[in-house]
Amino acid sequence: MMQQSATDKPGAIRTLRRPDGVALVILDHPSKLVNTISIPLLREVEAKVEPLLSDPEVKALVLVSAKKDSFVAGADLEVLARTDSAEEIASLSRDGNRLLSRLADSPKPVVAAVHGAALGGGLEVALACHYILASDHPATVLGQAEVMLGLLPAGGGTQRLVRRVGLIQGLPLLLTGKRLQARRAYRLGLVDALTTPGGIAETGARAALALAAGKLSRRKRKRSWPEKLSGLAPVRSFILHKARQQVMAQTRGNYPAPVKILDCVQTGLKRGIAAGLASESAYFGELAVGPVSRNLVRLFQAMNEAKKQTLTEPPREVGRLAVLGGGFMGAGIASVSVGLCPVTVRDLDQAVLARCAREVDTGLAKQRRAGSITKLERDRRWSHLHLTTEPKDLAGADLVIEAVFEDLALKQRVLAECEQIISPQAVFASNTSALPIDQIAAQAAHPERVLGMHYFSPVPKMPLLEIVVPDAAAEWAKATALKFGQRQGKTVILVKDRPGFYTSRILGPYMNEALILLAEGARIETLDRVMKDFGFPVGPMTLLDEVGLDVVAHVSRHLSRAFSQRGVEPNQGLLKMVEAGYQGRKNNRGFYKYPGKGGQKQPNTRVYHYFSQEGRHEFAPADIAERLALLMVNEAALCLQEGVIDSPRTGDLGAILGLGFPPFRGGPFRYLDAAQPDKVVARMEQLMIKCGPRFQPAALLKDYAKSGRSFYA
Amino acid sequence: MAANDLQTRRVVVVDGCRTPFLRSGTAFGDLMAYDLGCLAVSGLMQRARLDPAAVDLLVLGTVLADPKTTNLGREVALGAGLPLSLPAYTVTMACISSLQSFLCCMQAIQAGQAEVAIAAGAELLSDVPIRLRRPLRKRLIAAQKVKGLLGYLGLAKGLHLSDLLPEVPAIAEFSTGEVMGENCERLTKRLGISRREQDEYALLSHQRAAAATAAGRLARQIVPAYVPPFKEAVTQDNGFRGDTTLDKLGRLRPVFDRRFGTVTAGNSSFLTDGAGAVLLMSEEAAARLGCRPLAYVRAAAAAALDPQEELLLGPALTMPRALAAAGLELEQVQVIELHEAFAGQVLAVLKMLGDQEFCRERLGREEPVGEVNLDRLNTWGGSLSVGHPFGATGARLITTCCHRLQQEKGRYGLVAACAAGALGIGLVLEAA
Repeated sequence: MMQQSATDKPGAIRTLRRPDGVALVILDHPSKLVNTISIPLLREVEAKVEPLLSDPEVKALVLVSAKKDSFVAGADLEVLARTDSAEEIASLSRDGNRLLSRLADSPKPVVAAVHGAALGGGLEVALACHYILASDHPATVLGQAEVMLGLLPAGGGTQRLVRRVGLIQGLPLLLTGKRLQARRAYRLGLVDALTTPGGIAETGARAALALAAGKLSRRKRKRSWPEKLSGLAPVRSFILHKARQQVMAQTRGNYPAPVKILDCVQTGLKRGIAAGLASESAYFGELAVGPVSRNLVRLFQAMNEAKKQTLTEPPREVGRLAVLGGGFMGAGIASVSVGLCPVTVRDLDQAVLARCAREVDTGLAKQRRAGSITKLERDRRWSHLHLTTEPKDLAGADLVIEAVFEDLALKQRVLAECEQIISPQAVFASNTSALPIDQIAAQAAHPERVLGMHYFSPVPKMPLLEIVVPDAAAEWAKATALKFGQRQGKTVILVKDRPGFYTSRILGPYMNEALILLAEGARIETLDRVMKDFGFPVGPMTLLDEVGLDVVAHVSRHLSRAFSQRGVEPNQGLLKMVEAGYQGRKNNRGFYKYPGKGGQKQPNTRVYHYFSQEGRHEFAPADIAERLALLMVNEAALCLQEGVIDSPRTGDLGAILGLGFPPFRGGPFRYLDAAQPDKVVARMEQLMIKCGPRFQPAALLKDYAKSGRSFYA
Repeated sequence: MAANDLQTRRVVVVDGCRTPFLRSGTAFGDLMAYDLGCLAVSGLMQRARLDPAAVDLLVLGTVLADPKTTNLGREVALGAGLPLSLPAYTVTMACISSLQSFLCCMQAIQAGQAEVAIAAGAELLSDVPIRLRRPLRKRLIAAQKVKGLLGYLGLAKGLHLSDLLPEVPAIAEFSTGEVMGENCERLTKRLGISRREQDEYALLSHQRAAAATAAGRLARQIVPAYVPPFKEAVTQDNGFRGDTTLDKLGRLRPVFDRRFGTVTAGNSSFLTDGAGAVLLMSEEAAARLGCRPLAYVRAAAAAALDPQEELLLGPALTMPRALAAAGLELEQVQVIELHEAFAGQVLAVLKMLGDQEFCRERLGREEPVGEVNLDRLNTWGGSLSVGHPFGATGARLITTCCHRLQQEKGRYGLVAACAAGALGIGLVLEAA
């Protein structure tokens, strides 16, 4: 039936002219797993697609990918990293836009037959087509993810998306980078028709022919009243104004991309698509070379690398997971694992198990609603969950993750009990945020298979897994935990078993400093506001309330010995609060008062006396932010110095993904590099005199300051 | 098949389990039989710690099939997380559906077509398919081809108002038009089984189920269920009445013959939701997979009788036939698990086994089969008290028999049940 055109040269694109007049443009990068948008690709499009558009024998075009479960994954980020010239990048975007506009303006129907991910530039390619056909398959996701990289859609995304789905529905997609499953995209009007994945090129060709013959037209979407109104200039301005306010409230001015996206949308709607595209290209160049996008892109790349990391020994297969303790953490771990293998959750209390079941059920229902799993897959995953009170049911587990209460003796007992049942080949992991793993394993028959898997709460949402490796741990055990964590979709960092590991350890001085500032007279709400302005998702006081004061106090007891040795004394106020029964949000006794549904939380001024009799007064925000941030990044440098983490990259990933260190700052080590180690050391030495020995800069930091090196070459 | 000796290729029962059996309309009320089936089968897989890829066949018994899941067996195999490549089918044989699914699995193993098989059963009587009446159905089907308002109006012709009422599935025998309780009345009257005898037997069943539950004997076979709204775990059967008395039972009115009858709600089994599953293997497969068998299947027998006069008497034929096939006499059997549809039916079967004339005429024996020792019969409760989800009862009987054999250190066990259509299946198991 089909004939390969003689002019075709090997490349990322193949074209096929069918006798029926449909030309297939097949995206198939010769060496990569997915198609990405790059300069060579654009050139190829120009060389191979242009002739098709002008050929009178070609009635219609279909764009399709030959990759498994992937349409076009977005732009090739390495291109952006290679140049520091905003103009060069802007001109790339202009080239791309010129090509895509030619597709969009073509009188011949162009159909995008999308199966698999169409993200960023991939979606923009589809948007430039006249008709989007998508496979109704969990792998098919569409989204303008650029904003998450500090960029904007520079291939017409800010223009064509809002034109296709309307301002009200389009803005959230552009501003959050949210991914839509095919079915949702169809409901939104982003996709014109759904089909099955097999033979999507052929289905696309049928659609293209029908379009060419005038028998099919783009799906008419029903527009809601607010949407119809949004076409009016004053309403439109109002919506954009509101969106701008919301963006500023959420980003606190730290992220320029969403603002620029709004600018592009506004320009395009006011002055036409050409002007909109021009502003896209210009801003894209600016953003791409800016520090925020640079840091976000590097973070993204570091996460991708972490997903691929392997160790010297192969992992063992985990055919069955056991989770000890069915509380919130245990349920979360079960939730992210039922898609991988049977999961046995053991708890003494059946009521806890019932809540665990509800947690897992809710998670599965959510995935089902989003379309990321089928009904059958939901049921099969649900059948993977086994809840039990019997220890004997743990037999046969290849990996055990305990998530019982943070108590050393309890964890030791649980391990001992477990070792009676599980095979010596099974890995035992403790989900502790601070208890020393080697102590948990002190009496173990097989200490070599004991390590820490520190998840963050809520587990299904938080991307980080900190694997804590005691000196005695076997390579195969590490590899098994690493692989399983990666399969759970987590970004994994491997850290050494030292007090507080990495994340809890660098959080310690930060939190302690917040409490010291409280003692010095700072207000609760000031501390939170300043650190949110700095870029943390929540302030330190709120974080204490959320995590639980008792939990933090418990962790800090384990950490304090290590800090005391350095002459750093933890603030006692928190311990006093805990003794007085303050546990934070969970018992509604914390740094804030929680009035319940609808009400705003209010700072609890009655707790100040636990810290000092000092009257409250204002602090310069920069001073607060600096003191807290410096102590965290300095502690990170100490961790690197002591080998707790193996690289600055690990440290940055852990701090951003585990603690919410401002992503746009790139992590503690990027922060140090940007602030320059010599200046940081000088500043810390001043603070040491003013505030005490806790500001002693790490020796490693001083080395870097002296030699003028930076953490990232 | 009348009866056969199973010595050629030995089939073993590795394990069995079930969901709690709940009175219909309680905690499982909003589920589907599918959900319960998945729960039982995935629970069985969890207990056996078996690689799902090792399973060759799943057969599931069910009676009131939900039209959404007509091949419930396959749906359960999929939903329970077994490999997509697993063949599975559904059998229906009224109350012995999962005894039949057990026989299907056993036969597939004997024939060398399977090494590892799951015999399951599931029933959800909280929800039954309620149909529209035939005249309305007929018109709805015709309506697919009708055009225009007039056409639709034409369809309405001849339709009576009463045709619009839905039709509840009949429990009556299609052949005789008699519901089972009416037939039990017929039987107890014919055999002279008194109300008091029936109530006493029902009381014993309830007391035994309560005692077995309290002693934790049933915990081993029950997979705890966690179902919406996830307030608590469902870990026990909820149908037995440990506190009932002869007096209370005696005060209930007969249901099927209000004037002269003896069959009441108290001495009949009740509508139940539940599912069960049994894991069978060839002896070699069990050894290869490291699974310790609970019991060998020694013999099986099936029977069909006169649906009018002998509807519930299946076990009176299958028990002796299975025993004969195994070369055993009744007194050699330590564990008997007999389905209790009605107390009157159980007593009728026991009576027939000791009846010289019946045994001579129907079994060709000179001597009666013998008297069943009540201390060996249904000592952990029965369908009257534990409950009777039609399709799942067989799986429960087999599982209980195996567990009792182990607990009571018995050698031989006998399982039998009657079913609508005057059918019966009997099994002889030997402790492994």
